[in-house]
Amino acid sequence: MRRVSQGSRVVVLPPGRWPRIDWREIWQYRELLYFLTWRDVKVRYKQTMLGVGWAFLQPFLKLVVFSAVFGKLARLDSEGFPYPIFVYAGLLPWQFFSESLQRSSQSVVGAANLIRKVYFPRLIIPLASIGACLVDFGISFSILAGLMMYYHVPLRISLMLVPALVLLTVFIALGVGTLFSALNAAYRDFRYIVPFMVQIWMYLTPVIYSARAVPARWRFLLALNPMTGVVNGYRSAVLGTALDMSGLFFSLAAGLSLFIVAVYFFRKIESQMADIV
Amino acid sequence: MAEIAIRAEDIAKRYRIGRLQERYRTLRGAVARGVRGLGVRFLGRDWRKDEYIWALDGVSFLVRPGEVLGVIGPNGAGKTTLLKILSRITCPTRGRAEICGRVGSLLEVGTGFHPELTGRENVFLSGAILGMRRREIERKFDQIVAFAELERFIDTPVKRYSSGMYVRLAFAVAAHLEPEILLVDEVLAVGDAAFQKKCTGKMTEVAGSGWTVLFVSHNMAAIEGLCSRVILLRGGRLECDGKPEEVVARYLLDRGPVQGDIDLRRHGGRPRGVNPVMHRVRFLDRHGRCVNTIGVGEDLIVEISGSCAERLIDVACGIRVMGVLGQRVTTFHTRYQYPGRIALEGAFVLRCRVRNLRLMPGEYSLMLVLTATEQPVDTVDGISFTVHERDVYRTGKMLPARCGPYVPDAVWDVQSSG
Repeated sequence: MRRVSQGSRVVVLPPGRWPRIDWREIWQYRELLYFLTWRDVKVRYKQTMLGVGWAFLQPFLKLVVFSAVFGKLARLDSEGFPYPIFVYAGLLPWQFFSESLQRSSQSVVGAANLIRKVYFPRLIIPLASIGACLVDFGISFSILAGLMMYYHVPLRISLMLVPALVLLTVFIALGVGTLFSALNAAYRDFRYIVPFMVQIWMYLTPVIYSARAVPARWRFLLALNPMTGVVNGYRSAVLGTALDMSGLFFSLAAGLSLFIVAVYFFRKIESQMADIV
Repeated sequence: MAEIAIRAEDIAKRYRIGRLQERYRTLRGAVARGVRGLGVRFLGRDWRKDEYIWALDGVSFLVRPGEVLGVIGPNGAGKTTLLKILSRITCPTRGRAEICGRVGSLLEVGTGFHPELTGRENVFLSGAILGMRRREIERKFDQIVAFAELERFIDTPVKRYSSGMYVRLAFAVAAHLEPEILLVDEVLAVGDAAFQKKCTGKMTEVAGSGWTVLFVSHNMAAIEGLCSRVILLRGGRLECDGKPEEVVARYLLDRGPVQGDIDLRRHGGRPRGVNPVMHRVRFLDRHGRCVNTIGVGEDLIVEISGSCAERLIDVACGIRVMGVLGQRVTTFHTRYQYPGRIALEGAFVLRCRVRNLRLMPGEYSLMLVLTATEQPVDTVDGISFTVHERDVYRTGKMLPARCGPYVPDAVWDVQSSG
């Protein structure tokens, strides 16, 4: 009873100069992606009293603190809308992005015991950690719905943009997350750099303030940040302000190039991952 | 049908040494390397030339479908590196390997288990990590649980499992993989004796069922029992390839000088994850001198010293003496040979005096086992020890090896009326 299928033939070679990305293989491992995502979600709130409640509570508390500090005390310009809904429309994608970045940057190093003992396309690891953040992201949308009801924000046609915006956010998060997961595997310094970077990055993104508040000659700097277009996009979609198409387009282009660079860099590191993590 | 399951051509793997100290790279390291690289370019020399070692250095072999290939060799010979390359966990530095068929690799038992998840959840997770499809796991789930004998605890988080239960479940998942090519690294050395027997049974079944298996082990009896062919690695090179008995004999023959004073703290014969309690073993003769070998009929003292952080009660210490094929020859054990009860605390020395050692000359392998209240505390396997010939009968003749492992202290009395 010899089982040899002609189909699965693998050739093991030293790493080449230009890594190839085998998307078909990643697709073959989609069940593993599902299981790792599921594990991350499941494990995260195990043995906590509130359980998944934390996924709700975290953005809510942030919303309260930001509204109190930046809305009430600092009285930041919120383009004429109530500050809580203004800030939350930005906080929603930002929270997902920063969580994704922090979790995925740790993901490869955290999966060292897997990487050293089993083969699978390593890209699955940062993908799964971002997948798990996506669940929290979904939950935090309920707060937005609550705020919209509370402030009687009408359901505009522009809300149809949200799914596309979500896709764009996920895409940028994938790029940045993958890049930093590989960087952190290669250079552990990024364990300290990333949390710091995330904080700075938030202030460089119009999350708590309006992009309008930035002097016009500095606005181009703000636009270099792919998250600017995304955050502005969410605001326009929720609050019905004019949509900045060029900003969105730039975000898409930046996200795409980031993604390509990230995946290539990841593949480059991947061949030695088992030896360095 | 493919004629070849695995074809390895000139596989080599280079590691940077100091890898243990600087396990991961840092930016500072990258900068330093960059500067050094400039030095090499402009000064034409590299003052840290030998910071690499070749864990594998040009290994080639073929495995045919259905063959069970054993891989043996001393610690650091590159056995695990070879498995890691074939299972694509790490890339070779040079050479190529071709593998035809679905590969399952078991480098450890319980890869991907998460302590917070229940047994059921871990079966699915670990199965997926080992490459099983969800459908496949669902189909085999009951079998897996039955094999592990954990029906009652399957919905308990595995962090509450005993280590035996954990290992049983983990092995059960792995045992239900159905690869065409199975790469196994020393996973049989887990669990209690009964479960080990079950695992060996499963391995024998696998080996007999036409799967291609690559099996790394230090257990020569298992190697000879399971494999149809064996390769011997030493220093990253393939030294010998052939029939199990021949290759095993060759390996045992030149294992290098046998020592009489062995540091056990970093001994390769200790299972992973076990804390060293026994630190040193010495072989002494009747005068208390440390010796490399002992002669037949002489007194042997085995002295085990170590230290334990907390007080151990009901301690038992056993020294299993194994022949070259892994078969048990005899055992020295406090349970049977020491009248009192033993409690240890802090530094300790256990001395076992074997008077008039009647073992056949040859190589033996000792396994030291320390238990407290029936629970294993420390185990070290694969300590070699030699008994040399002496003219014990004063006849100038020694019993040949075929007479058995015991050299009796026999005296003949001959009477004849003629």
